[in-house]
Amino acid sequence: MFDFLKGYDLLAAFWVTVQLTFYSAVGSLIWGTVLAAMRVSPVPLMRAFGTAYVNVVRNIPLTVVIVFTSLGLFQTLGVTLGADDFTTINFRLAVLGLTAYTSSFVCEALRSGINTVPVGQTEAARAIGLNFPQVLRLIVLPQAFRSVVGPLASVLIALTKNTTVAAAIGVAEAAALMRVMIENEAQLILISAIFAFGFICLTLPSGLLLGWVSKKVSVRR
Amino acid sequence: MKLHKVTVAAATALVLSLTAVGCGTDDGNDASSGDEKITIGIKFDQPGLGLKTPDGKYTGFDVDVATYVAKELGHEPGDIVWKQAKSADRETLLQRGDVDFIAASYSITPEREQKVDFAGPYLLAHQDVLIRADDNSITKPEDLNNKKLCSVTGSTSAQNVKEEIAPEAQLQEYGGYSECLTGLENKVIDALTTDDSILAGYAAQPEFKGKFKLGGFKLSNENYGIGVAQGSDLKAQINTALEKMVEDGSWDAAVEKNFGPAGYKNEPAPKIGVIVD
Amino acid sequence: MSSQSVLYDVPGPRARRRNALLTVVFLAALAAMVWWVVQSLADKNQLEWVKWQPFFTDSRSWSTYLLPGLENTLIAAALAMVIALPLGALFGIARLSDHWWMRGTAGLVVEFFRAIPVLILMLFANAAYSEFTDISPDSRPLYAVVTGLVLYNASVLAEIVRAGILSLPRGQTDAAKAIGMRKNQVMRHVLLPQSITSMLPAIVSQLVVIVKDTALGGALLGFSELLASVRPMSANYGANTIASFTVVAVVFVVLNFALTSFASWLEGRLRRGKRTTGAVVGADAVDQLATPGEHVGRDELDE
Repeated sequence: MFDFLKGYDLLAAFWVTVQLTFYSAVGSLIWGTVLAAMRVSPVPLMRAFGTAYVNVVRNIPLTVVIVFTSLGLFQTLGVTLGADDFTTINFRLAVLGLTAYTSSFVCEALRSGINTVPVGQTEAARAIGLNFPQVLRLIVLPQAFRSVVGPLASVLIALTKNTTVAAAIGVAEAAALMRVMIENEAQLILISAIFAFGFICLTLPSGLLLGWVSKKVSVRR
Repeated sequence: MKLHKVTVAAATALVLSLTAVGCGTDDGNDASSGDEKITIGIKFDQPGLGLKTPDGKYTGFDVDVATYVAKELGHEPGDIVWKQAKSADRETLLQRGDVDFIAASYSITPEREQKVDFAGPYLLAHQDVLIRADDNSITKPEDLNNKKLCSVTGSTSAQNVKEEIAPEAQLQEYGGYSECLTGLENKVIDALTTDDSILAGYAAQPEFKGKFKLGGFKLSNENYGIGVAQGSDLKAQINTALEKMVEDGSWDAAVEKNFGPAGYKNEPAPKIGVIVD
Repeated sequence: MSSQSVLYDVPGPRARRRNALLTVVFLAALAAMVWWVVQSLADKNQLEWVKWQPFFTDSRSWSTYLLPGLENTLIAAALAMVIALPLGALFGIARLSDHWWMRGTAGLVVEFFRAIPVLILMLFANAAYSEFTDISPDSRPLYAVVTGLVLYNASVLAEIVRAGILSLPRGQTDAAKAIGMRKNQVMRHVLLPQSITSMLPAIVSQLVVIVKDTALGGALLGFSELLASVRPMSANYGANTIASFTVVAVVFVVLNFALTSFASWLEGRLRRGKRTTGAVVGADAVDQLATPGEHVGRDELDE
């Protein structure tokens, strides 16, 4: 029944998916935090930029974002991200595109986390003379992060599934292999089922783990 | 109150969308079950072969061949329902009976013949490369080494070039040829590789006049056939139609009309059932 | 929102100077970036009028490619929403059931469909429809796209419904029980009506996700939605891919921005409304809905 799997390197494809997910997750966490900081910062222009960024990027289909990284950034602007062969360039571009897209969701999650921090906390922080970066870094963000582990887990799961879009610019991840297999083998249902199972293996454990973490670290008020 | 309003809005949306779908379904039934109608799979995005033009019509060599064949089968051009047949979908479309036949730069290969039947061939094309007109560094296939190649996702012909002719070449894959052309224009891509018939269509577009040229390498032989469902009796009828098309000069006229502007040197009309390896 | 101004003091003269400086630096950086992008685009001839002209002077680019695509996108999104909503409510309520088997089954279904990429669900549906039904080939991609969207989004909506119901003050349930209501009466007459109003913004902004996800049907199923219209269009207009994708992106942004604006308008209205308890699952909460486990919502529901 599974003879047709010979000649296809499923694990390698899923490994690319895992790598895409990992680097994009790290990138989105950083850039998303910066965006969230911008959205609550005292500088009006930064607030405006943060709002505009989130509203534009969130509303564009991911496929378009990813294709733009290749057509716009790479082809037109000549951004190669320090690589010189297509495989590496495409992988890094995909990570960049996924990061740009996912960080808008991370930003929004964090912002609602910031809103849950009681006003008294920040007032107390300001009363002892902390300035804005200090308030954010020492008081607000640590609490905000703890309260949004659950929502961020959802974002991570969505990100894992979204890596399938990277096939649009030729990254050889799981969905790209699935397309090739569907084209070559007359086993549509079976192939879909195998890949569905693969994704469940990736998403379910991370969801459960982070669900447990979120319970552990949540701030009791 | 508010809940009520929302319910009404939702119900309206539901009714509207169901009406829309209802209409769609009716159209579909007309297309497949009517006696007069015939559904033909073509490409929508290949200038010169099969292209959906801004006024909603279809042009190209595949379209002209299909129209001629349909007429021989007793269907007027007005009775043809054109359906998009993407490369990956073609076998499935035939197996499911979604289309009556497919003329969509469909090369006859042993693997495909296991799944569908082919009438024809009706055109002999070759795999070739499209390069910038001012690029003189690529004159023979081996020059592709160390160059940047582009093709569409899952294209086996591009993989073959990389594996057999130019192992040092880099291959970029995109969802469509248009992205490759943008790359070629931007000088990030050095060569776009696929069938010369497709490349000629792109090179002949007014926007690209004088910008690109064909390499003329003949890297492979692509025998374009008309795909039909396995065991279909359409195959014999289509073959008769194709023979007649070549005899009465319509074939040459169609080639001239679609490939003439591209300066594409086509091969003479292939003999039915003769596959050039 | 109020917490934003709480994060920093009212700027004094020095802070104002620093803010002004930051504004100037940030503006300069943005301007430099925009200039670089425009310059590079111009260098590579991507701003040539011939590439953009079809969208402004040739109405056929809209009537032949973009508008029919937009129509399909809207139909699929509307259908998916209308079907997914009751289904999602059903599963959301089932997950709160007192019977373990009902909770378990609903939980399993919801987690399963949330874990699989929508694209795979669509492919699956497409194959199944052609195998086991006689839906006409022309409408099959639409059915498959809608099915995929429904399965996934009903699971997400189930979580929204669950969050919404959990967000209601306990007193509501207690009071309802105190006047002798049965379990399903409590749900039907007390919890659901209130939570539906409180969840509406979140539900509407889930529509944004649905609208964007219709684009997945274009690539593999041959569903001719808005994004798929780029391919034949750019083939006609000299491979103006950057221009075509930009126009499609703008259409998506405008469409979705209208939807999110509607969501926040609705949210504002509902907060002022009398029938709610004031609890609202914010428009943002959709993206943050908790995954497996019980941590749904408590944090974002306080906002």
